[in-house]
Amino acid sequence: MAIKTKRSTKIAVTCLGWGIALWLFFPIFWMILTGFKSEVQAVSTPPKLIFAPTLSSYAEVFERASYWHFTFNTVIISVGATVGALLLAIPAAYSMAFMPSKRTRGTLLWMLSTRMLPPVGVLVPIYLLARSTHLLDTCTGLAIVNMLTNLPIIVWMLFTFFREVPAPILEAGRMDGATRWQEMTMVLLPLALPGIASTALLSLILCWNEAFWSLNLTSSNAAPLTAFIASFSSPEGLFFGKLSAASTLAVAPILVLGWISQKQLVRGLTFGAVK
Amino acid sequence: MATLELKSLRKTYLTEEIIKGISLSIEDREFVVFVGPSGCGKSTLLRMIAGLEDITSGDLLIDGQRVNDVEPGKRGLAMVFQSYALYPHMDVYKNMEFGLKLAGVPEKERSEKIQHVAATLQLEPYLHHKPGQLSGGQRQRVAIGRAIVRNPKVFLFDEPLSNLDAALRGQMRVELSALHRKLNATTIYVTHDQVEAMTMADKIVVLQKGVVEQIGSPLELYHHPRNLFVAKFIGSPPMNFFSAIFQNGGHDGSSVQLRDGTLLHVPVSPPDILPGTKITVGIRPEHVELAPASDDSGVVEVIERLGAITLVHVRCADGQIIVVQTDGFTTLEVDTPVSLKLPPQHCHLFAPDGLAFEACRRHPLAA
Repeated sequence: MAIKTKRSTKIAVTCLGWGIALWLFFPIFWMILTGFKSEVQAVSTPPKLIFAPTLSSYAEVFERASYWHFTFNTVIISVGATVGALLLAIPAAYSMAFMPSKRTRGTLLWMLSTRMLPPVGVLVPIYLLARSTHLLDTCTGLAIVNMLTNLPIIVWMLFTFFREVPAPILEAGRMDGATRWQEMTMVLLPLALPGIASTALLSLILCWNEAFWSLNLTSSNAAPLTAFIASFSSPEGLFFGKLSAASTLAVAPILVLGWISQKQLVRGLTFGAVK
Repeated sequence: MATLELKSLRKTYLTEEIIKGISLSIEDREFVVFVGPSGCGKSTLLRMIAGLEDITSGDLLIDGQRVNDVEPGKRGLAMVFQSYALYPHMDVYKNMEFGLKLAGVPEKERSEKIQHVAATLQLEPYLHHKPGQLSGGQRQRVAIGRAIVRNPKVFLFDEPLSNLDAALRGQMRVELSALHRKLNATTIYVTHDQVEAMTMADKIVVLQKGVVEQIGSPLELYHHPRNLFVAKFIGSPPMNFFSAIFQNGGHDGSSVQLRDGTLLHVPVSPPDILPGTKITVGIRPEHVELAPASDDSGVVEVIERLGAITLVHVRCADGQIIVVQTDGFTTLEVDTPVSLKLPPQHCHLFAPDGLAFEACRRHPLAA
């Protein structure tokens, strides 16, 4: 009896899980589907599930805008921001995790609190700063802004991962004659690699999908994929077919990356079994 | 090889003083054990010597050189941690190689040294195993190997056996002693286990609350504890204590009156105290003698038979429990009335400030 109950619970939970997953996935599914419809099919009511797929939207998207240009910008900005943030965050998290001072806790909380501010609150000062340093509409400018906005989260995550590494292992390194730098690069980083990888992945995803600063600080030269999507939603009205095709093209790479690195992500988030 | 000198070492965290001015010298090739209850500062003191903790004030000298500000890796010390602290991402060979590599030892020499140490510690079959694949005892050996291979001036051990089970601990204790004889290196060993301290040390440093309570050879601490704390801490089962009244004394001994009126003449010379002062008498369980009861001075309450010896807990007339160690063949039973005999030559007297009376004659093994 008990086993039966357990089994039925299991089935119910599985159904619930699938239900929620499908519900969450539906918009993406609909977006992909709409991308293969003509503009007329895309707006028809009731919406059509069965239709003759067409690549016309994709063809038009590729004709109207240089997808590769936008993708290239996104890659440069995301990778640049992530590498930059890691270079700053690793030493910061290392010192906070292993050489905490009276103010470490407060600093961490303060850093996180900057994420609570709505970005639009600092739009004008950041815009003016970017303008006066000639960083408007440059990949460098956008990468710097992305790096700085994500830095608090990255430091927090790395701090948590580093804290999982037992301090005596690092001390053993120091006793063996390692300098602080060697201790960090030869002992700490290899041990925290899964955590660093999942942090980097998260940062890449955040930067890839970032739209607010992309739309406000770039126009054409440095515009990333989010700006590419937005360019299909304006002046002449909404064209759902093209918008969907463009969106699919924009999210596809990061979706595939996320899919491939699933295992790494989960391993990173369950990191802690070093001992 | 090396000598160490600690000169009024102090360590303060925020406002709390953890190490309160410790001075100590350690001879070349000496095996010194820091022992004390948890929180006494023994590990902190070891970490200060290692360079893993800053020294707030005082001087630390290795071979006469002040090393307060020298990096841990440059002090010529090697440390074995309680948690082993092996590098989990490196195999046994690389764990041992790491320090040599950082020191710029050529590859051929590194390999020779590692092979030699691995042979000594019977680690050859595991050289290419990761620490995660090894048992506790094997990991401990790797940690020791990693220390030996660097050929340090001083070995530091921070409770290295406390993560092992009892049987393995006993075995490793013997192995460590044998290894020390073979390597002949100055060693500082931290433990809270008095068996480890007694069996391995040339010299024991008993610490409490950041202060040295006594420094001496194991038998010196056993026969001539300097104060109540050391008397309680060294010896298992611990020493029995009861109060008494000081009568009088001189160079040949001191007379005290126990609570039941018995007069004892103990061969220890009194400090400057007045007759009538309340003092403490201490005697180890192995020195108390049981006699057939002539009165109702005591009753056997608990008997613990350990095989070779038996521990008899006797409740005295005043309610106090005295533990007596006898042989394993005693036929005593619970509730039997017994009387206790305290041989004066084995009694220790402690003044109200806790300091022991000076023995008139030192024990031959603890001179």
